[in-house]
Amino acid sequence: MGIANSVLDAVRTEMGRHPGTYPCKIGVRIGEMAAIDQDALRFCFEAMILETDLSSLELAIEVCPRRHRCQACAREFVVRDYDSRCPQCASLETVCISGDELELAYLEVEEYEPSAVGEKSS
Amino acid sequence: MNRVPLEKKVLSENDRLAAELRARFQEHGVLCLNLISSPGSGKTSLLERTLELLPRRDRVAVLTGDIQTENDANRLKRFHFPVKQITTGGTCHLDARMIERHLADWRLEDLDLLFIENVGNLVCPSSYDLGEAAKVVVLSVTEGEDKPLKYPSIFFKSDLLVLSKIDLLPYVPFDIEVAAENARKVHPGMEIVKVSCLMGNGLHEWMMWLGERRRAHKSLVQQTAS
Ligand SMILES: Nc1nc2c(ncn2[C@@H]2O[C@H](COP(=O)(O)OP(=O)(O)O)[C@@H](O)[C@H]2O)c(=O)[nH]1
Ligand SMILES: [Mg+2]
Ligand SMILES: [Zn+2]
Repeated sequence: MGIANSVLDAVRTEMGRHPGTYPCKIGVRIGEMAAIDQDALRFCFEAMILETDLSSLELAIEVCPRRHRCQACAREFVVRDYDSRCPQCASLETVCISGDELELAYLEVEEYEPSAVGEKSS
Repeated sequence: MNRVPLEKKVLSENDRLAAELRARFQEHGVLCLNLISSPGSGKTSLLERTLELLPRRDRVAVLTGDIQTENDANRLKRFHFPVKQITTGGTCHLDARMIERHLADWRLEDLDLLFIENVGNLVCPSSYDLGEAAKVVVLSVTEGEDKPLKYPSIFFKSDLLVLSKIDLLPYVPFDIEVAAENARKVHPGMEIVKVSCLMGNGLHEWMMWLGERRRAHKSLVQQTAS
């Protein structure tokens, strides 16, 4: 709930910078270690935009895997099934470099058509 | 159609406030620990035992979060350290703004150690930085040893796992070694203590960990101040 709210706040803030347009899609990046339940986020998001000025806003979620870097050989790799051993040199000394993202990636905006502007104000 | 890149954190406002809190804790040499668990895993009980064991002259305070009641604060006030309840009125986690507001009438220069008991929930509290030096996750033996795999984020982000209620091990099918193994799958090398707040086992190890963290924090603060 708090997350969906923060996403919508950010959309509204950003829209202030793009007069004459409306938002159609917000892109969000979520790491698999970020403790975000995608379905719950989508559900909250959709409930919150219902019958508001953002009701046609689409939520696009990109899931990012957990990535580690090997301390020994510097290889970067995706961690699957919690196996954080380096696939190149088998070292166990690897550190997490990404996978807990909770980020706004982009916003897609569309210019109002003259008729749509009329619709809006009616 | 026009795509505008945003490239910022969803919780950037919370992160900004948390960074301010962290800087204030650092400035005043306060070690702040954020305790997280499912409802009923034993956070308040652990704090009760801890406050009981800490010397009276220690400069310790507790902020305890709950959705509705003041019960936890009342349990903790018996030990004569400053305690304040944060009732979130429905929100399932604490955020940095709530911490800032509830700290307003305490002088940080009078504190060395601040415990924050988060709202009982293993998911949302994981996303909200409170400016703490470390998160501590509590998992009781009545919950199932696969919790770290089901909720990896909080186990990944916590420095310490407290396996609680170990006095109940004879009565529940909980394999404590498997639980520890699962936690270390998610968080290689994770520190773990096993405690019973009822019987007192393991509290020594917990207090040792705490003492170690306090010493390390103090020398870090002194280094950066000089
Ligand atoms: N048997 C046993 N029960 C415990 C232990 N620690 C806490 N409890 C019980 O678990 C329940 C919830 O504890 P509490 O500290 O309020 O959990 P919190 O919601 O995480 O703060 C209470 O009834 C406690 O008495 C323990 O070490 N052993
Ligand atoms: Mg409690
Ligand atoms: Zn390697």
